[in-house]
Amino acid sequence: MATGIYTQADYAIQHTARAAYRARVVYGFGRLGVLSVAVGAYAFLWLPILLLVLFSFNDSRSITTWMGFSLKWYETIFSGAVGTGSNSFSSQMMLNALQNSLFVAGIATVLSTAIGTSVAIALSRAKFQGKKWVNALLFFPMIIPDITQAMSLALFFKVVFDFIEMISGQRVVNSFSTIVIGHVAFNISYVAIVVMARMRDMNPRVEEAAADLGANAWQTFRYITFPLIFPGVLAAALLALTMSLDDFIVSFFLSGVGTSTLPIYVHSMIKVSITPEINAISALMLAASTLLIIVSLTLQGGRRAR
Amino acid sequence: MAVWLTTLTRRHSHWLLSAPAILWLVVFFIAPLFIVGFMSLMTRGTGGLPVMPLTTAHYDRVFTTFSGVLNRSLWLSFVATVITLLIGYPMAYYIRTRKNEWVRNIALFLVILPFWTNFLVRTYAWRFILGREGFINNFLLNTGFIQEPLPLLNTEFAVLVGLTYGFLPFMVLPIYASIERFDFKFVEAAQDLGAGNWSVFWRVMLPMTLPGVLAGCVLVFIPSIGSYVTSDLLGGTQGLMIGNLLAGQFKASGNFPLGAALSVVILSLVVIPIAFYLRFGGREA
Repeated sequence: MATGIYTQADYAIQHTARAAYRARVVYGFGRLGVLSVAVGAYAFLWLPILLLVLFSFNDSRSITTWMGFSLKWYETIFSGAVGTGSNSFSSQMMLNALQNSLFVAGIATVLSTAIGTSVAIALSRAKFQGKKWVNALLFFPMIIPDITQAMSLALFFKVVFDFIEMISGQRVVNSFSTIVIGHVAFNISYVAIVVMARMRDMNPRVEEAAADLGANAWQTFRYITFPLIFPGVLAAALLALTMSLDDFIVSFFLSGVGTSTLPIYVHSMIKVSITPEINAISALMLAASTLLIIVSLTLQGGRRAR
Repeated sequence: MAVWLTTLTRRHSHWLLSAPAILWLVVFFIAPLFIVGFMSLMTRGTGGLPVMPLTTAHYDRVFTTFSGVLNRSLWLSFVATVITLLIGYPMAYYIRTRKNEWVRNIALFLVILPFWTNFLVRTYAWRFILGREGFINNFLLNTGFIQEPLPLLNTEFAVLVGLTYGFLPFMVLPIYASIERFDFKFVEAAQDLGAGNWSVFWRVMLPMTLPGVLAGCVLVFIPSIGSYVTSDLLGGTQGLMIGNLLAGQFKASGNFPLGAALSVVILSLVVIPIAFYLRFGGREA
């Protein structure tokens, strides 16, 4: 009996000790250190953004002293002139830039989604010679710094346009098309990767079943494959849209007269330091991309729910 | 019969489906890079346009006149990679070890979100934190720590802060993916065999999560070496990087062959770590 009690107590102690030991094992090393780095890192990531948004509502030009809540900077950017004298920017210019951005990003999104989705389908379903090279080609744009891409494409267009002028005497310059071409070039890879992930999660037997039941390749795609991968395609399109709207470098190198996008406009405002109107525009841009990315992540998350 | 027919159609359709992407990327991505490579060896003509004969003068200039900027770019990118690694690894570990799945997802989301918000805007935010009348100086002046504002903006330090800030998520996400696949039973086994915490980390956990670490380093180093916005907004003349030099050749002074040579140099600085990664770290990733 005594032995029994001893065994039980011993077991309980051992069990507790083991549980505590396991807890230490998994979450043990440098717990406090890890926690403080993580807290510091989150503060580092978020404080600048929060301060920027907060001071876009400040009732003063001061960017460090809080003088009360106001929406006046939001009113200013939509009502006429921003800034003073030679450093002034009109709201009309900003609205034009916004319109340009939406136009360019819209077309680039449609094109890159179509092109990226079709190559993703080919790479996911078919086994063919040279597939390795197509994969490498898709991987390539993701490892090239955007400034190199922007520079090389800008020089490429210069050469092509000079050549056209030499042959036909017609002067061709950078326009919306050059920006769209650049955006599609960097978007294709990302679209393809998101769609391929979705294709991987899909059961290929569903397509075989459709084919067995007499559907042709187009019908199989239209009624089976496409509806199943649609959330992935939509998520890819939103990703492309976000990247296109956010892009500065490629647009900066490829824009011509009157084709400035919103980031180019904001960049020129930052260069002459018109605060806090930039804070207000920035806050609006942050809100827009946050909304886009939440929708995109929700769509991609739907993959796991199924 | 139908399956056979579909398979046959598919056998021919994959090239058709891949063709637009292949054409677009070859014409608008690969071909321009070859043009740049060739142009970098041409002589500067009138208006900055490249003309014959071929010369290596621009590369000579990059490695002599601009060696300071080149070294600074390499150094800053290297330090930014190390700092993001030192912050990113504990951060990824912290996110992974949250027991509540909901908390884990929120923690991950808070890393991803800034990564998708406008880079220009996020970098600009540091301008008014580090500026002469910015938050840090204002705080230190008010608390009496300093009498004169510290020159924080337009320095190499500011560029380093901007690079670390901008590319930290690129380090956290691949490391997180690696730690997520890592089986914590190995930690238990090592400790049962008498390994201490440091020994477990250095000899078990780090080697097993190394693919994520290498991927993170490559993903931070590449955009750092090619950065333009960060050094443009935070660096001033003191923090000038190779990307600014490149943009200058294209936008302002109009020396296209020199700009092309700078492009090729950036490209080769990127290809080296990639080749290294594919050779040593890519297999498990």
